Order: sequence, then structure tokens, then C-alpha cells
Amino acid sequence: MDNLRYEAADTLAHAAQLIAAESGDVRVLAGGTDVLVQMHSDMIEPDLIVDIKNIPEVRTIQQEDGGWRFGAAVPGLELMDHADFCAAWPGVMDGVKLIGSVQIRGRASVGGNLCNASPAADSVPPMIAASAMATVFGPNGSREVPVQDIAVGPGKTSLEKGEIVVSFSLPPRPAHSGDAYLRFTPRTEMDIAVVGVAVNLTLDDAGICTAARVVLGAVAARALLVQEAADALIGTSVDDAAIENMIQEVRAACRPIDDKRGTIEFRTKVAGVLAERATKIALERARGA
Amino acid sequence: MAPKPGSFSTSIPYEEKKLKIVGTEPADRPDAVDKVTGRARYAADYNLPGQLIGKVLRSPHAHARVLSIDTAAAEAVPGVKAVVTRDDFPDMAVEHAASGELMINFKDVTRNMMAREKVFYDGHPVAAVAAVSESAAKKALKLIKVEYEVLPHVIDVEAAMQSDAPILHEDQFTKGVDPTPEKPSNIATRIESKLGDIEAGFDQADLVIEREFRTKPVHQGYIEPQASIANYTDGGQVEVWTSTQGHFVFRAQIAKLLQLDMSKITVTAAELGGGFGGKNNVYLEPLAVVLSRKSRRPVKMVMTRDEVFRATGPTSGTHTKVKIGVTKDGRITAGQAELNYQSGAFAGSSVPMAAITVFTRYDIENVLVVGHDVTCNRPKVAAYRAPGAPMIAFGVESVLDELAEGVGMDPVSFRLKNAAREGTQTHYGPKLGPIGFVETLESAQAHPHMQEKLGPNQGRGVATGFWFTLGKETSATLNVGEDGTVNVIMGTVDVTGGGRSALAMVVAEELGIPTEKVRVKSGDTTALGFNFMTAGSRGTAAGSMATVKASRDAIQKACEVAARIWEVETEEVVWEDGHARPASTNVGDFEPLSLADLARRAGALGGTIAGHAELDVAMGGPGFGTHIVDVEVDRQTGAVKVLRYTLVQDAGKAVYPKFIEGQFQGGAVQGIGMALNEEYIYSEKGTLENPGFLDYRVPVASDVPFINTEIVEVPNPMHPYGIRGIGEVPIIPPIAALSNAIYHATGVRLRDHPLSPPKVLAALDEAAPAIAAE
Repeated sequence: MDNLRYEAADTLAHAAQLIAAESGDVRVLAGGTDVLVQMHSDMIEPDLIVDIKNIPEVRTIQQEDGGWRFGAAVPGLELMDHADFCAAWPGVMDGVKLIGSVQIRGRASVGGNLCNASPAADSVPPMIAASAMATVFGPNGSREVPVQDIAVGPGKTSLEKGEIVVSFSLPPRPAHSGDAYLRFTPRTEMDIAVVGVAVNLTLDDAGICTAARVVLGAVAARALLVQEAADALIGTSVDDAAIENMIQEVRAACRPIDDKRGTIEFRTKVAGVLAERATKIALERARGA
Repeated sequence: MAPKPGSFSTSIPYEEKKLKIVGTEPADRPDAVDKVTGRARYAADYNLPGQLIGKVLRSPHAHARVLSIDTAAAEAVPGVKAVVTRDDFPDMAVEHAASGELMINFKDVTRNMMAREKVFYDGHPVAAVAAVSESAAKKALKLIKVEYEVLPHVIDVEAAMQSDAPILHEDQFTKGVDPTPEKPSNIATRIESKLGDIEAGFDQADLVIEREFRTKPVHQGYIEPQASIANYTDGGQVEVWTSTQGHFVFRAQIAKLLQLDMSKITVTAAELGGGFGGKNNVYLEPLAVVLSRKSRRPVKMVMTRDEVFRATGPTSGTHTKVKIGVTKDGRITAGQAELNYQSGAFAGSSVPMAAITVFTRYDIENVLVVGHDVTCNRPKVAAYRAPGAPMIAFGVESVLDELAEGVGMDPVSFRLKNAAREGTQTHYGPKLGPIGFVETLESAQAHPHMQEKLGPNQGRGVATGFWFTLGKETSATLNVGEDGTVNVIMGTVDVTGGGRSALAMVVAEELGIPTEKVRVKSGDTTALGFNFMTAGSRGTAAGSMATVKASRDAIQKACEVAARIWEVETEEVVWEDGHARPASTNVGDFEPLSLADLARRAGALGGTIAGHAELDVAMGGPGFGTHIVDVEVDRQTGAVKVLRYTLVQDAGKAVYPKFIEGQFQGGAVQGIGMALNEEYIYSEKGTLENPGFLDYRVPVASDVPFINTEIVEVPNPMHPYGIRGIGEVPIIPPIAALSNAIYHATGVRLRDHPLSPPKVLAALDEAAPAIAAE
């Protein structure tokens, strides 16, 4: 780390240019709650750090086309302080509120949580469940990418060199929609999900589920969008039988590893338990919306 | 075994008197503000001009022969000023010494700080570098070529005891077995403690229960990583500032390990960021001194958290068996236990201490305790708050809970019926003096906690604990300033419990002056006579014995000054309420003189008013406690939520009750963490998988409820204020109390620590058909 350089970019073009010009290891810094920790523990030895948090596009929250757009570097606490966004996407906020501790959320962002590409990232499953799109800027201009396509494995993303996640857009919500995220950790906070489950539901006026997305965290190399689990709910009143079918599909989709954080057996079992509990919370929120 | 007081050890009998300061809560705690504002200086905060940064190269293998070490490339790195390996340290012969509550052997200590023939664990030091920057030092570490011959390893205690297990030490033959075996073994020592006739005891029983328990190693988890800075001057003086619970003991060990005169070494104990027994051992200090000697520059070394977990002393992982018999009316007739304790890379676990605590809370006529000290490929264990006791209390208190249920008694009444009292014969030797165990049980029984209603999946558990109060060498010096304020130099370390303030209160009480007029500081090793490690709950108990002696010495001198002013004999002056007064009206009609009056005039009347003490404090005044905990178990995930926690303990005399409560709460929280989620996890290769706080899960604040505390005061008869050691007892009962609570919530008994969600869930699932059938 003898030659470590730090650059703060003012514009997206400036950031992209800095990254493109560096031949060594480059890290993009927003809140720094992963990058700095990894540097201090000798996991990474970057040659260049590009700080993007002074770029206006990555720091704003706004309504857009009936939905929402927020910057990738908006700290978790700023999202938590945004009452309208919290009311619109309580499930996304369930995830954001679980990242680290109060101090960490003061800096950590959803963009950083996504680009760190941990399969256990708490804000990622509910963002996927919300059908969030990422706006990515790079040497070849901007492109829109579904959030589920950004992380491809532990620590790995699909981003090209020089590409930065700028912001996220969340679609307008139909009436009677609700989302929720639950995770299991041995500690109440300052911990990493052993399993995480996000559910996003829309009901019709009769209470029949017309759309659903079920996403699992920490049970595979990346967050899993489980269509079969959603299908078990769609067309039903989300009754006990439908939930039981959904649980079976969730457990069937799990392909976790045995590691220091949990066993295959435990993760698979608890994924089903959390899927049921998250579905019930999402359902209650959808009925109230 | 238990340290025995020598014939010249000091105790000052308890004296019941009206106290003005001891037992109150003055607002003054001088160290607190500086800690909160960041001005307190911990070891890592010390810097010297021209200092180098030292780093350690550590073994990546659990067990390997070190064939060669080539440091040439590392030495050539720009900025590298010294590289040291085993060749820079003299070998040591077998020589045992006490270091806190555990014994050490210098032959092993030198091998633990720097590997010689073999590396015995992942993280074992093999070389150290000092360079002008951390990055240069790290670069050099990568260039040191170590040739290893990797050997089979063994981590688990039961596996290490097997006759075909990989052997760590070819020259280790089990001691305590007659005749001494001819084949080397990982079992370093077998110990036995006996009382009465165990078989006859079990014959008298109507109900006998025998169970096996297993616990994983856990770490002390202090927040401050070990840090040391050493300066070996060209004139041959050695100065060390370090993170320690006993700078005098460290000085002795550095002198021994490096073959230096003690008088040339000054060790200063920096402000301590937690120790809990884990800072009773040298790790970095000798390396920093030798790197400094070789580089002729000061050398600073600070461990990373990864190094703390991989290489500093955790506690033993254990395998225990407990067998207890009772009559149908609830009288315990016999208790038997086997304790198999990991010692890590070198012999010397806490099993001797653990063995004498096994049944010592109860009056049992027939006892047999067998212990094994077992080497395995893990860091050498260190003391951890009541070393060894929580693990065996888990077994004993779990079996007692089963027995209470078996004979139809509630857990507290059952324990009361069998409780140790004054005069109870222990299985390890002495008869107990006046103790407060019964009082803690009665107080727990009457506590409002016991009346709280429990909901579905909720349960209540009870367990108890016992620990000693260590005495040992303790020195103090007291100087009265010309303005009558007082400086006390203590030789123990304020291990963060408020020891300095407690000692200041005792001195203020003795002298009859306000607490804020007394300032207590830890002196370096040149300032005082020898002080043993601040361990064994002795900081305030033994420390105050020395300061009482020093205060009384100073009072004697103050009375001499008064006598000279009044031109009377010293015997005709008494000390009352902070003043010298004539002993009677016959002496004369003199106005009382305050300490400030006397101090101002002392210079011309014989010199400074001062006192000192160099004692070997007698061991005594054991502590007992009873814990109650309520939990709720999530049957679908195995998560255990701690709902309510109450702890009752005998403090003898609480000098500053809030500090005592803090110790009780801190100990209980460490115990809860140990019980629920803390464990060392090893890979198949024998490397540590979770050397960090992310995956080594100490509890966070939201994991624990408020810990209710109640202080019982049954004075220690061997202490002038009745003070008992209190720091260690609170960590003993939690594993057992929680396990008992989980049973009462779910009907499932857990005997495999930690009581973590996967284990609880697996146990619930396994038991589900049986419970459903009932």
C-alpha cells in the first residue's frame, strides 16, 4: 500500500476517467464501510481509491415517473429519514435498517452493499424483490441493469472496468402491494445474515395475489430470485396451503454451503421459516395499502 | 492446586465500625473522564522518537516441524532494521512459575513467544521484523522463507486423549499416573481430588444421574489488542510500556527469557483496555525488546484482532462427565466428575483450579474429581475470568437441575438444602470460613424475578458459582503532599473495574479525608516492591490490604509530627476523624491538627509524611453467587432470547456498590456470550476460521437484557473492611443457568456448548417425536 492514491471525483465522467486510466487495483469508495475495513484487514491492497460521494447523482432521492429513484451512495440513515420512501417500500427499508449498526448506516449505502457482492447483503434481496433497476455509468455511457444481474458471485460483479452504479429506480406500486425482508442472525445486530428472505406481493381487490417475487439471500453464491416460490402464491389468497407450497419451493431452491456461519441443513430449514414469516408481514402490509 | 498462604502472609482481621466513605458512591472517578474523552493512554498510544514498527510472521500450519528459516531477503528490504527468529533467544530449561491463576514453564514460554523446533498452532510466531514503516515490515514478512514439514494435528480434546492421536511433545509422559507411562501422551497431567468414600456415597443415593458435557474454546474478547513498545538503550537500560495485568511479573519473565538483570528493566503498565486473565502472559514484550536491542531503536508492536484470536490465550475447550447421587428427600450423597481440559500447545490449563471448584458450593461427604490437562494444536490457553469454572459449572448445575426435578424440589430449595456453609469440608482441603452462599440463594428465592409470569416457550433457569480471592505479593506507597493531599502508588493494575477509585476510598476512610484528596496511580516496576499479577479477583481485596497498611504507617508518622509540635510523646497522640488529637486531657490542651496542618510543617519536623507496605497477602474470603435467567426459545429457528436476568452475589463489603454492580453485569454478559454464540471454529486443516468479532460472536448491547443485581454482604474475616474478590464469580453460572432455562422452556436438555441456534434447533427437532408422544 506504499503507493496508494486517493481521488475524489466531482462528476461521473471524471470518476470513469480516473478508473480507466489506472492500471492497478482500483476501488470505488462511497461510505467506505466495506472498502476501508477490507484494506485494514489486508484483504485488498488497492493502488487507487476513487471517492464518488461528492457526485450529485449518487446522493439524491426523488420521485420519478410514479416510482422512486435514489442515488447508489445515499447513506442508509438518509433513506431511513425519508418518510415517503419508507412508506412506499417498507420491505426495502427492512433490509437497509439491518445493515451493520447505527454508526455504519450513517455511511453505508445500498449501492455499496450491492457492489460488495456478498451473498448475504441485507438490502439486496428486497431490492430484487422490488424489481429495482440499477443505472450504470461507464466509459461507454449509461445502461440500465436489473439489480439481480449486478452481483454474480461472492465479491464479483458483472460491471465492466470503469463502470459505476449511479442510482436505483423502483417502479410505481399498484394498490394493495406490500413487501418485507427478514434475516436470521445469531446476534440481534452487527451480524451477517445466515439466511435472508424478501417477499414482494400485490393483491387484487378481492385479496387474490396477482404478482409476487420471493428472493433468498445467503443460501447461494448470490441472491436468488425464486420464480417457483412466487408462483406458489400467485392466484391464491395467500392462505396456509399456498404458504406451505411456497415454503417447499423456497427450501428446494436453496443451495447453501456449510460454513462457519451456518450449516446447509440449518440454512435450508430457516429459509422456509423466514419465507413464511416475511410473506405474512408483506401480506399484512399489502392489505393495509 | 490452590495457592496456599505462607506462614508469613498477612491478613488484617475484620473490624466492624461505622464507615463514612467505604460503601458510598462518590462522584469522583478520575480515570473515567479521560477514557471517555480519549485522553487515557493505552499501550498503543505510546510513541517514542525514532521508533520502528514490529510485526510477527506466524505459522499457517496447526502442527509442523520448522526445518529452516531464511531471512536474507527480508533483511534486504529498504527500511528493515532487524529480523529475529528462534536463534535470537536463549533456550530455557524446565522451570515453573505462577503467572496469575495458571502456572507457566519457561521452557514453554520461550517456545510459545517464538517457535523453536516445531510450530504447534495456526498463528504460532516464527519470526519478527522491525522496520521504519508497517508496510516495509509487512513486505519483509512475506519474504521470509520458512521450510515446514507439516505434521498431523489434533484440535479436539477427546481426540487428543486417544492413544493413536498425533503427539505434540515426544518428551511428555503423563504425570500423576503411577507408574509413569513409557509412551508419550498429549495428557500432560492427571490430577485427583477425593473426599469420603465415593462408592458408599452412591450406594446411599436413591437417584443417580450421570451426564457428559462438551464446551468449545472461547476467547476473553478484550477490546484492546495486545500492544507493547520497548526501548533497549545503548546504555543497557530496558524500558517497556505494555498492555498487562501484571507489570512486575512481566518484568520477571522478560528478565528470565532474555537473561537480563531485573534492575535494568522498567516495565510500565499502560491503561488497560480489558484483560480478563488474557493479559497475564508475555507475547510481544520479549520480541520488542530483542528487536530494539538489535536495531538500536525503540520498537512498537500492536497485534491485529486476527493475531489476538489466533495466538493469544483463549480458554480450554472441555469434555466433562458429571455423576451425582441424591436421596429421595433431596440430600446429595456423592459427587463425581471427570474434567478433560485442553491446555493448547503447551501443558498448563486451568484444570487444577477448575477441579477444586467442581462441588465446592455444596456440602457433599463423598467426592471424587479427576482432571486431565491435555495438549493439542491450539494456542496455549490463558486464564479467563474464573478460569475453567464456567465449563464444569455447566455440567454440575445441569445435573443438579435434573436431580431437583427428579426428587420434586424447586431448584433453589434443592440447592439450599445442600448448600455449603461456614465449617463445610471442601473436597480439595480447607474447611470453609464464614461465607454468603446461603444468603445469595435465599435472596434469589425472595427476589421479585421469581414471581414474574412465564409465557409459552419461556423458561426459567437457576445456577450458582464459587471462586477464590487470591492474596499474594502486594506493595503500595503513600505520600502526603505539602498541602495535605495524598498520592498513592499501587502495584496492582486497575483492570478497568475502578480499582484506583476503590483504593482511594479505602485510603480516604483510613486517613479521615475526602476521597477527592486522594489520587491513586499505578507505579512502574522501579517504584515499588514486587506485585503479583492482578488476577484471582485480588485487585481491590489484596490491593486495599496494602493501602490500609501504608495508610496506618503514614498515620503513625503524622502522629509523630504532631507529637513534635506539641512536644509530647508519639504514644500520647491519637488519630481521629482526619486529625491528630491528644490521647487524653492529661496530655495537654491542644487544638487538633489536620493532615494538611501536619503536612505543611512535616518537612522541618522529620520529613514527608509517608507510608508504605510490602506484603504477602493471605488468600481468603471466597465469593459465591446465584443467577436466575428467563429465556424464550424460537422453536422454528432455535434462537434463544434472554428475557430477564438477575444475579445475587456476596461481595463481603461493596466498597463502591456501582462498581460492584458493573462487575456483576459485565461478568454475566460475558457468560451469556460464552453460553449462546461464542466458539472457536477450526477448519479441517486446523486453522482458525473465525479470528474476528464478525464471526466470533460476543454479544452486542441489544442481545442482553438489563442485568439486575443484588449485593449480599457477609464480611471476609481476614480483611479489615470485610472485602471479598468479586470479579470472577459472575461469569461462572450463565452457561448452566441458560441451559436450565432452555430446558424449562422446551423440555430439551443441551449438553453441547454453545447453545447456539443450530444446536438448539437440532436438539428440538430430535426431541420433537418423543415430546409429541408424551
